Amino acid sequence: MKKIYAFESKCLGCGLCEVYCKTAHSKSKNIIKAHKQEDITSAIVIEEILQPPEAVSYFALQCRHCASPKCVKACISGAMYKDEKGIVRNDKERCVGCLSCVLVCPFGAVKKSGDKKAVSKCDLCVDYGQPLCIENCPNNAIKLLNEDEAEALK
Amino acid sequence: MLKEGELRIPSGCAISGIIDKESKRFCGEEIIKSIALMHDRSNGLGGGFAAYGIYPQYKDLYALHIFYDNLSVKMQTEDFISKYFEIESAGTIPTRSVPSVKNKPLIWRYFVHPKNYTVKGDIIDDDEFTSRYVIKINKEFKGVYIFSSGKNMGTFKGVGYPEDIGEFFMLDTYEAYMWTAHGRFPTNTPGWWGGAHPFTMLNWSVIHNGEISSYDANRRFVEMYGYKCTLQTDTEVITYLFDLLVRKHNIPIEKAIKVVAAPFWDDIERESKELQNELKSIRSVYASALINGPFSIILGYEKGMIALNDRIKLRSLVAAEKGNRTYVASEESAIRIICDSPDRVWSPKGGEPVIALLEGEQK
Amino acid sequence: MSLDFNSPAFEVIRNEKKCIQCKVCVRQCSNKVHSYDDEDNVIYSDDIKCVNCHRCVVLCPTRALVIKKYPLEFRENANWTGAVLDEIYKQSQTGGVLLSSMGNPKSFPIYWDKMLLNASQVTNPSIDPLREPMETKVMIGRKPEKLEFDAKGKLLTKMPPQVELSVPIMFSAMSYGSISRNAHESLAKAATELGICYNTGEGGLNRDFYKYGKNTIVQVASGRFGVHKEYLNAGAAIEIKIGQGAKPGIGGHLPGRKVGEDVSATRMIPVGSDAISPAPHHDIYSIEDLRQLIFSLKEATNYGKPVFVKIAAVHNSAAIASGIVRAGADAIVIDGFRGGTGAAPTRVRDNVGIPIELALAAIDQRLREEEIRNEVSLIIAGSIRNSADVVKAVALGADAVYIGSAAVAALGCHLCRSCSTGKCNWGIATQEPELVKRLNPDIMYKRLVNLISAWNHEIQELLGGMGINAIDSLRGNRLMLRGIDLNEKELEILGIKYAGE
Repeated sequence: MKKIYAFESKCLGCGLCEVYCKTAHSKSKNIIKAHKQEDITSAIVIEEILQPPEAVSYFALQCRHCASPKCVKACISGAMYKDEKGIVRNDKERCVGCLSCVLVCPFGAVKKSGDKKAVSKCDLCVDYGQPLCIENCPNNAIKLLNEDEAEALK
Repeated sequence: MLKEGELRIPSGCAISGIIDKESKRFCGEEIIKSIALMHDRSNGLGGGFAAYGIYPQYKDLYALHIFYDNLSVKMQTEDFISKYFEIESAGTIPTRSVPSVKNKPLIWRYFVHPKNYTVKGDIIDDDEFTSRYVIKINKEFKGVYIFSSGKNMGTFKGVGYPEDIGEFFMLDTYEAYMWTAHGRFPTNTPGWWGGAHPFTMLNWSVIHNGEISSYDANRRFVEMYGYKCTLQTDTEVITYLFDLLVRKHNIPIEKAIKVVAAPFWDDIERESKELQNELKSIRSVYASALINGPFSIILGYEKGMIALNDRIKLRSLVAAEKGNRTYVASEESAIRIICDSPDRVWSPKGGEPVIALLEGEQK
Repeated sequence: MSLDFNSPAFEVIRNEKKCIQCKVCVRQCSNKVHSYDDEDNVIYSDDIKCVNCHRCVVLCPTRALVIKKYPLEFRENANWTGAVLDEIYKQSQTGGVLLSSMGNPKSFPIYWDKMLLNASQVTNPSIDPLREPMETKVMIGRKPEKLEFDAKGKLLTKMPPQVELSVPIMFSAMSYGSISRNAHESLAKAATELGICYNTGEGGLNRDFYKYGKNTIVQVASGRFGVHKEYLNAGAAIEIKIGQGAKPGIGGHLPGRKVGEDVSATRMIPVGSDAISPAPHHDIYSIEDLRQLIFSLKEATNYGKPVFVKIAAVHNSAAIASGIVRAGADAIVIDGFRGGTGAAPTRVRDNVGIPIELALAAIDQRLREEEIRNEVSLIIAGSIRNSADVVKAVALGADAVYIGSAAVAALGCHLCRSCSTGKCNWGIATQEPELVKRLNPDIMYKRLVNLISAWNHEIQELLGGMGINAIDSLRGNRLMLRGIDLNEKELEILGIKYAGE
């Protein structure tokens, strides 16, 4: 199964992936409205690591779509599930916001959503065809790959 | 209005050539008939012929054919010529009156031998000496034009339809083993006799149909080697190119053809390593001698006749053979009217020359 | 000094309705123009730091940013313009020589735009490059006076080494140090894919790039940085750099802060040390000295590589060029006064040298008069902006052109002319790892390939229109050019006629 991989060596830390992730997961699907009127948490997160003296390195955190996902096991309402393609998804209608998944995710890839009712995580932009973070990364730092391909590129 | 040489005039044309490879001489009627058939390819602003083998009695002397505007320049020029050449014989070129041929200049012919000992310093051969002075006269003397300077050959040209020019110069009274003819369709010319084709340099004669787009690249290339393109015509620069390549640089004629109608780089890549190296060298060293744009030309020289198209064949050219004779012309009909059942008729491919040399001559 | 008289050059205008405070601009600006205020959830911009490189504008996902000329006016004065005063303010504050980057921006005539090309109509056919072969290959190197064949027609002449270019365009010398490793790699990769050459510049050649050697021209400049036998043999040709169009008569200075470990190893100088190229080569004080260097380099490479000599276009270029041919160079490179640079003294850049068009025309003509034009290749540089410039250059007499500014523009350069600060937001003229990272060679080299391929298509169209199917027949073919808005003297030097003639 193909997952999103981010390559630190290429990541500029500009944060455009986050912007487009939020837009993709907004109700309005409008970049400005999504940010100004909705409160969405990006499923992809850019971390800045400051090292002396001034260097910065970046990397993005995102869902690994684990083979046996702990978040699915921990979910008390059945909102978190693995679909037929292997994508771990969260049904917002059923999510009660207990945050068990956030606690158990070993990678920190599930996040509390702004609306406090549900959690936010990467669903590979199933509604779009190609994840928007990949499409909008200015430096090809994010790629959709299966494990072997990712290994080869590392 | 500017005269030929003072501006560049593009023109379309008809060309025709006949050679008897056994050097049997025949009179000018046939070539006139052939070029006359293509009347519509000319517009009466230029016609001309080159004939090889016509002066056997003077075969070791340079035959200078000269147009003069008036008697005073004739006298000046003759003084100059006699300083550098022994004049064996001189006289007017016989003509007959043809109503459509008007405004004729004074037309004289001299058989000369160069006094090349007059040049101080480096010793140069007769050919180089003669060509230098021909170029010098054409460049520096106003109202004078040497339009033929070879040995045992001559050109005859003027303003008019080629068949009328042939009649005017009485070509039916000459016998040659090789004839070439040209009818001209210039797009803009006041009609100057010197501007008609063939263009010649020593034994080289060139007739040409086309408008070469590489003209200035070719001109500036040959002008590095002492030539001066006074007429600004394609034929002039093509003649100089061949003179430079074959006479001065001593390049075999077949290779010279590869220079002016070079094979494409893609085709070169497919050749053997050795041939690749040769063709790449030719294209590198003589890149500026590549002739570009549409042309079909007939080159005459002492060894025979070569007809050639540009490498993508943008002008018509048909060839035929019968017995010892090779024919080339812009149109097949111009061959068939003088040779009704040729052994072989073909349309040469772009860049592939028709080489018809006299027996015993090497390419 | 607490008071400085400088005012901003640009104004950053943010459309608050569109700004989503995503902070992309904050993170991307190496000049730290933008800053995010947590309390007010607002992004502020400090105009005076802005160099107008457009990085934030291009990356802003909502197109909320516009950069404009700062609307501050001086009292109108045609002589004492704002630019003149700003320079005085700067110099009276620092006491230093003004430095500038990229080519001369002043409004001198651009002769390319005053020459028009010909096309075939009726009397000869134009050629369609999509249907007929159309050749743009050129061979760069010394040519023998003539070819010799034996009696059987076998070629006897052995050709001197040539560089084969699929298109008569190469990437100009830009040293590793002045531009980033990733920029270098992009140029090298693109040149290889295109079948052309890029030039190392004077900073040596990183070992990782030796694999692109067939498409590399290695430069030898006055500082001799990174020059050793293996380096000389690594490329397809060697270029001796005497001068540069942006700064004729001036050497170079790469500040120590740009000399990191990799640059240090490549240049063979200590980490952090300034790399100073002297103004002249201290072993070339005369033309005969040049001959010695040319032949030393030929000896070092066993006469297997053509040696180019690059000079800036100056008043006496034609005579100098002739001397260079006679000194044994295989190609002459002339760099015009609009040529780019990473850093040059402003006064030199803006006032020294002559336009490349005039220099080219004069040199080509002079070499023809001396009957030696065919023996060498003539390459020009100094602001070739598009394919029409290339075509006009060839028609004036060039064998090939170098492009530098156009190439870096393909890599993202927006000509903000701040190369010398080392903070290039596009990852080109910088050595800071976080900025260099922004130029991903795997993406960017394709932009260079696209650019040259596009130009090649256009060159072919223009050639076809003129009824020419090999670029050889355009070289020096000045009848294909006509002048417009030029005086008699200019026409005479360019060797072209006026439109309508």
